[in-house]
Amino acid sequence: MRAPGGPDVAVGDVLLSVENVSLSFGGVKAVSDVSFDIRKGEIRAIIGPNGAGKTSMLNIINGFYHPQQGRITFRGATRAKMRPHDAAYGGIARTFQNVALFRGMTALDNIMAGRSLKMHKNFFWQLLRFGPATREEIEHRHRAEEIIDFLKIQEIRRTPVGRLPYGLQKRVELGRALAMEPELLLLDEPMAGMNMEEKEDMSRFVLDVNDHYGTTIALIEHDMGVVMDLSDRVVVLDHGIKIADGTPDEIKTNQAVIDAYLGVAH
Amino acid sequence: MAHPAAAQADTFAKLLVRNAELFGARPAMRHKDLGIWQTWTWSQTLEIVRAYAVGLHRLGVRRGETVAVVGGNRPKLYWSVMAVQMLGAVPVPVYADAVADELAFVLAHADVRFAAVEDQEQIDKIQSVIERLPKLEMMVYDERRGLRDYDHARLRAMDDVIAEGRKALAGDPVVGEWLDNEIAAGKGSDPSIILYTSGTTGQSKGVVLTGEGSIRAAADTVAFDKLTENDVALAYLPLAWVGDHYLNYAQGLVSGFCTACPENPDTAMADLREIGPTFYFAPPRTLEVLLTRVMIRMEDAGFLKRKLFHYFIGVARKYGERILNGEKVPLIGRLLYALGDFLVYAPLKNVLGFSKVRVAYTAGEAIGPDLFAFYRSIGLNLKQLYGQTEAFLYLTAQHDGDIYSDTVGPALPNVDIRIAEGGEVQFKSPGMFTEYFKDKDKTAEVMTADGYVKTGDAGYFDEKTGHLKIIDRAKDVGRLNDGTLFPPKYIENKLKFFPNIREVVAYGDKRDFCAVMINIDLTAVGSWAERNNVVYGSYQELAGHPLVYDMIEKHVAEVNRSLAADKVMAGAQIKRFLILHKELDADDGELTRTQKVRRSFIADRYGPLVAALYDGSPEADIATEVTFEDGRKGTIKARVKIRDMKTEPVPAVLEKAA
Repeated sequence: MRAPGGPDVAVGDVLLSVENVSLSFGGVKAVSDVSFDIRKGEIRAIIGPNGAGKTSMLNIINGFYHPQQGRITFRGATRAKMRPHDAAYGGIARTFQNVALFRGMTALDNIMAGRSLKMHKNFFWQLLRFGPATREEIEHRHRAEEIIDFLKIQEIRRTPVGRLPYGLQKRVELGRALAMEPELLLLDEPMAGMNMEEKEDMSRFVLDVNDHYGTTIALIEHDMGVVMDLSDRVVVLDHGIKIADGTPDEIKTNQAVIDAYLGVAH
Repeated sequence: MAHPAAAQADTFAKLLVRNAELFGARPAMRHKDLGIWQTWTWSQTLEIVRAYAVGLHRLGVRRGETVAVVGGNRPKLYWSVMAVQMLGAVPVPVYADAVADELAFVLAHADVRFAAVEDQEQIDKIQSVIERLPKLEMMVYDERRGLRDYDHARLRAMDDVIAEGRKALAGDPVVGEWLDNEIAAGKGSDPSIILYTSGTTGQSKGVVLTGEGSIRAAADTVAFDKLTENDVALAYLPLAWVGDHYLNYAQGLVSGFCTACPENPDTAMADLREIGPTFYFAPPRTLEVLLTRVMIRMEDAGFLKRKLFHYFIGVARKYGERILNGEKVPLIGRLLYALGDFLVYAPLKNVLGFSKVRVAYTAGEAIGPDLFAFYRSIGLNLKQLYGQTEAFLYLTAQHDGDIYSDTVGPALPNVDIRIAEGGEVQFKSPGMFTEYFKDKDKTAEVMTADGYVKTGDAGYFDEKTGHLKIIDRAKDVGRLNDGTLFPPKYIENKLKFFPNIREVVAYGDKRDFCAVMINIDLTAVGSWAERNNVVYGSYQELAGHPLVYDMIEKHVAEVNRSLAADKVMAGAQIKRFLILHKELDADDGELTRTQKVRRSFIADRYGPLVAALYDGSPEADIATEVTFEDGRKGTIKARVKIRDMKTEPVPAVLEKAA
């Protein structure tokens, strides 16, 4: 929910655009000829029925899958192929549909792991734990603590993630993604399996991330209430094809979308 | 530490100035922020509060008016209280978890124009009831987060207010002089704070306390417990509660000790361990939760550790309290205890954060004797106190080494306590309130003609110890037909301390003797049944089992023994009891939603049983309607047995015989 009456977060130029992208696994077409864009500072939702190609789309954006056709332009640079670590260096972070944390490590260590891209001192300096490496670590710890404060997870700082309830694990995962200071944050079903209260908390955090850090967010979500409340624009996929793109209000009344979700009499 | 200057300072603002002079470099406040403990010394605190006060004055806060303070235990909210007091205005703290409706009531009733709030959550709550607060002009907030899109016409960040005040103070020396005069102009007899009672008994009332009274009360207890600027307390209980304002804020300013604020409400336990306070307060419920957690973890520990733990806890039970009280203990006891301290007690206290605690208090409700003894036996100097908001908490407290689990201690210095006709406790004390804010009728209701305050609690002074015992709310206390005092809750609590007993309903008012209906605790009794090969098919069958009756009879007999030991209560021993065939349930209207028994409702519903308790019959039939979880109704029929109890001889009779 955008603050009613308040000014919207300034939504700027196109940050990432996907043009005529197609991806197939053998004979299965996961995504075919899809184009849309994500603008700076917006919350962009990707929705669709099961098997619509939403997660494939996220995997294409962060370079995990390589589309057979089409172009992806991120921050003005067009690329055909990109690997996940290029995406990470380029400022794209993500969370996963199934929580993917280091379960034996504490919440703090998991978040610190998200900082590893930003650490510049080499392995030997870090082994020494002395001088510049220590200074660097303190600085990163400070950033990690800011995220812990932001997500209000101080009480689980030292708790191994495997012992935490699911809702908190999701929050830690968001924390790790934030630790990368991404420009574009991809959230794959951030509220899946949560109860109402946890969903409300998570929605608040997603909005706060967007507002406080100015991070552009692309999210996949099945809870339509959440999608309609959170997002600025929504793109709808069905069987790998884009069937609609627009503001939540437009999507709600779009006949193609309604048919895709409810089915049509043949 | 009764410092001479404390006598001269009659407002908290003057005390703050004094502390900055006396203990300038000592820590006044700590707060864990971004994982690191931040410290502010007394002189830094004074500098911040001065700047804050100037900033607030420029926003329009004036002497004599009220300012709401809404939020948790955070330095900036404590400074808000100090800054408001420095200007001669009156802070009105409000519970952070108050729902919007309560918040609206307090803010409207207190006529606040300004509110100092913690964060967006509180602002949202206030905004949601803003039409009921026409007088509210401005809110200053601590936490910026999430507020960027808000209309800032009526919002200011505390940091900005402080910065503005600081600039004004630096820019013109006249501002500083003006502020000095403002501080000097504060009178001890002016209202210092308005604390709203939580409102469990009707609409909440604003208790007005003066600076002079508050400081005198705090100075007495600071001397009583020998608190100094070297002590540390963790402020984790609600800022708006009289306990926090008294134990931490007032005592901290009077003695100069350091108040530490937890990182957030959920980290209090971990913060306790890190800070290692020397002064500690916890309600019985918290102590119980802590002990349960320890016990559960011990059950998961290895064989050797578990044996070691239970052995040395046994040693502590035998000798610990006596060592703490400075009594004579055989050498072997001391040696074993010292070994136990090394192996078990000290590490345990360290985990709980109690290693450095010199003085610990509990209060608020009756504490189970076993629970109380456990903490004392491992060497925690846990004591009880009694007080209420109207007295600025402070009425009685136990002296070191003179401790009983069922008393709250003798009256503190300068406190005058009397027991009125009917058993109600009444007091005059240095910290006593002046009035309920804007409520002359209510004020008149609780004041006696000769200037005592009625507590609404019934109690009496124990003959052996001279300590006050609080037994029940005065309005609930009845009398047996022979005139013996009958406090139902006191008797019920004594029984409920047994884990096998879940609920108790005691009858006796206007009856010949005291009789009780008992609910067994299915978990505890069920596991007992398993261990003792008692077979049962349902709750009803277990509750009616003769062996269960035997076990409960032992508990009742023990309670009778403890009642008999007390002259005032000896006549109210339990003569007959029964075990109810069903659990009392809020869905059936038998308990309130906060799990308190509704005595008169139960008396109606179980009329045949109550009648049978008093007509001497050995059993009675009862049919009760029950509501199932899905809303359907059914009837439970049962034949409930009633047992007679032998009562202990009353000591007064013994004395005559001897």
